[in-house]
Amino acid sequence: MTESTGPRAEWPLYEVFVRGKRGLNHVHVGSLHAADDAMALRHARDVYTRRNEGVSIWVVRSSEITASSPDEKDPLFAPSGDKVYRHPTFYDIPDDVPHM
Amino acid sequence: MTAVADEADLQLAFDSTIAHNDRIEPRDWMPEDYRKTLVRQIAQHAHSEIIGMQPEGNWIGRAPSLRRKAILLAKVQDEAGHGLYLYSACETLGVSREELTLKLMSGAQKYSSIFNYPTLSYADVGTIGWLVDGAAICNQVPLCRTSYGPYGRAMIRVCKEESFHQRQGYELLMTMMRGTDAQREMVQESVDRFWWPALMMFGPPDGDSPNTERSMAWGIKRHTNDELRQRMVDMTVPQAEKLGVTLPDPDIRWNEERQSYDFGEVDWDEFWAVVKGNGPCNEQRLAHRRKAYDDGAWVREAAMAYAAREETAR
Repeated sequence: MTESTGPRAEWPLYEVFVRGKRGLNHVHVGSLHAADDAMALRHARDVYTRRNEGVSIWVVRSSEITASSPDEKDPLFAPSGDKVYRHPTFYDIPDDVPHM
Repeated sequence: MTAVADEADLQLAFDSTIAHNDRIEPRDWMPEDYRKTLVRQIAQHAHSEIIGMQPEGNWIGRAPSLRRKAILLAKVQDEAGHGLYLYSACETLGVSREELTLKLMSGAQKYSSIFNYPTLSYADVGTIGWLVDGAAICNQVPLCRTSYGPYGRAMIRVCKEESFHQRQGYELLMTMMRGTDAQREMVQESVDRFWWPALMMFGPPDGDSPNTERSMAWGIKRHTNDELRQRMVDMTVPQAEKLGVTLPDPDIRWNEERQSYDFGEVDWDEFWAVVKGNGPCNEQRLAHRRKAYDDGAWVREAAMAYAAREETAR
C-alpha cells in the first residue's frame, strides 16, 4: 500500500513488429514495456504471438522511431501526389491488347 | 487570430475524417474531449481485462482435471494479453502505463462491475465464458470499427481470441449438464447468479447514459447500450434452451412484432451500488491488484538496475 502512491520511473516503451509468415513484411502490432531489448523480445512473444501469429519479431524502443508528422502531410507526400504517371492506370491501352 | 483559424481548420479536418468513416490515428489532431472520452473508455476496458483475471484465477488451483486446468490457464493468460493490448492503445493518447495503473488502484478509473461478483463454484468458470464473455463479444465486435485506429486494431485481436473463451465456457456447461443432477443444479444456480449482472455489463439504460449520443457522433461507439443488451438477450435465449437451463427472468418471451425477445427490467439500484463500490468483491479485487503491484516492485527495480548496468558495460 505504501508503494502505490505516485508515478515512478517505468520500463521504457517498445514498439513490436511481427512477420506473420515467410514472404510477408514485418507489421506493427502494438507496444509493450520492458527493461531491456532481450526482455522486450520475450514479452513480445508472450503478448503478441500466443497463437502462431508470427515467425519473426522485431522490437525497437519507441523513442528511437522518427515519424512523419501528419501536420507535414502535404510537403512530405506532395511529391508523389502529382506524379500520377507512376501508376499503371495513367496509361491508356486498348482493351483488346492481351496480357496487359 | 491565426491560432483560432488553425484550430477551426483542424476541427474541420477531424470532422471530415469522422464523416468519411475513416480512422483517427495517434498523431492526428483531435478535440480534447474526444481524447478524454477515449482514454476513459479504453482504460476502463483495459482495467476490466486485468481485474477480470481474478474471479477465474480463483479456480486454477482447483480445476477438476488437467485438461480444464490447461484451458483455464490459457484463458486467464489471454485476459492479461487483452489488458496489455488495450493499455498499449491507450498510451498512444499520451498517458503512461504507470499513470493508468495508479488510477485503477486509487479507484479514479473504473473497471466493469461484473468482476465484483464472486465465483462460488466451478460452474461459474463455464457461466463466465458463456454469459460474461458472450456479453463482451456483443460489446466488442462493433468496436472493431471504432473511429480511433489503435483501439479498433486492439479490439480485432481481442475478438479473435474471445470466441475461444465463449466456446470453452459453453462446452464446460454442456459437459456438466450431461452429468449428475447435482452438477445440473450447480449450472442452474450459477446461471441464476450471473444472468442479471451480465446484462448490466452494457451499462445504464439509454435514457441514463448522457455520453452515448456524443460517443456515437464521434464514431467511438456504434450502438447504444440498450441495442446491445437486446442483441445479447436474442443471442442467448436459444443457447439457454439448447443447454437446458432456465434464465431467471419470467418476462422473457418472443415478440413476433419486434422479432426479438421481450425481457424484464434490470435492477438498476444494484447496478449503481456495485459501480459505486458496494458490490460483494470491490475491495478484495482492488486490494489484490495493489498487493500484486507492491510485491512486484522489487522485480521491476532489479530489472531496471540490471539493464542500466548492462548499458554502461557496453
